[in-house]
Amino acid sequence: MTVYELSQNSQFNVLTMPEPERVINGAYVGDLLSWVMGKAQYDNIWITIMSNINVVAVASLSDVSCVLLAEDVTLDSEVLNTAKEKGINILSTPLAAYEAAITISGMI
Amino acid sequence: MSEILNFHFQVDGNDFTSAGQASIQIKKILRRLGLDPEIIRRVSIAMYEGEINMVIHAHGGEADVNVYEDHIEIILKDNGPGIKDIEQAMQEGFSTAPDQIRSLGFGAGMGLPNMKRYTDDMKIESEVGVGTTVTMCVNL
Repeated sequence: MTVYELSQNSQFNVLTMPEPERVINGAYVGDLLSWVMGKAQYDNIWITIMSNINVVAVASLSDVSCVLLAEDVTLDSEVLNTAKEKGINILSTPLAAYEAAITISGMI
Repeated sequence: MSEILNFHFQVDGNDFTSAGQASIQIKKILRRLGLDPEIIRRVSIAMYEGEINMVIHAHGGEADVNVYEDHIEIILKDNGPGIKDIEQAMQEGFSTAPDQIRSLGFGAGMGLPNMKRYTDDMKIESEVGVGTTVTMCVNL
């Protein structure tokens, strides 16, 4: 499944999607940034409630295909602009991390 | 002898939000060199963790990345407080990061373990009150 395909599901809202064709091959859930960098795999979707500027750097360096903000967490415009610049896809969802993960699992 | 590429960066210790600039720059450079994406991922994550450590603990420092024919060397040098007990610092979960850093999602005690995990060799030289130099190597 691509990030674009996920975004077509009404439970997932696009905050920024500069790379819609990135593939989602699995998910990683976590809010501690070093854990994410240690464990998330290339092309995973990263589900988190963290939304500070460092999230963009971690997503970029870990090469995840998309960041998904659970529970309708919002982003500052500064963070959003940086994500756009760095080619990082960010979606949000009203779902909690667990529900989001099982929904995505059913779509992959 | 094979050609060596050197990239030098100053890591600004005052601006936590811009930490990672050097690692992201290196990621771009290594991509341009056409290296394997997994190697790039390992080098840039290891370097980012080091950069974050320098910002949190040492008011910044200097980073050098040397690209050789068969390996990449990352040298991070700071004049911070030094590491009292390196063995303890290497344990997963051990952290001396302050609370405001933890609230940003850092300080989980995974920085140094990640740097070791993602590199083929890592050496830490540290003297309390003088500074720390971390040298990491990733084989190509």
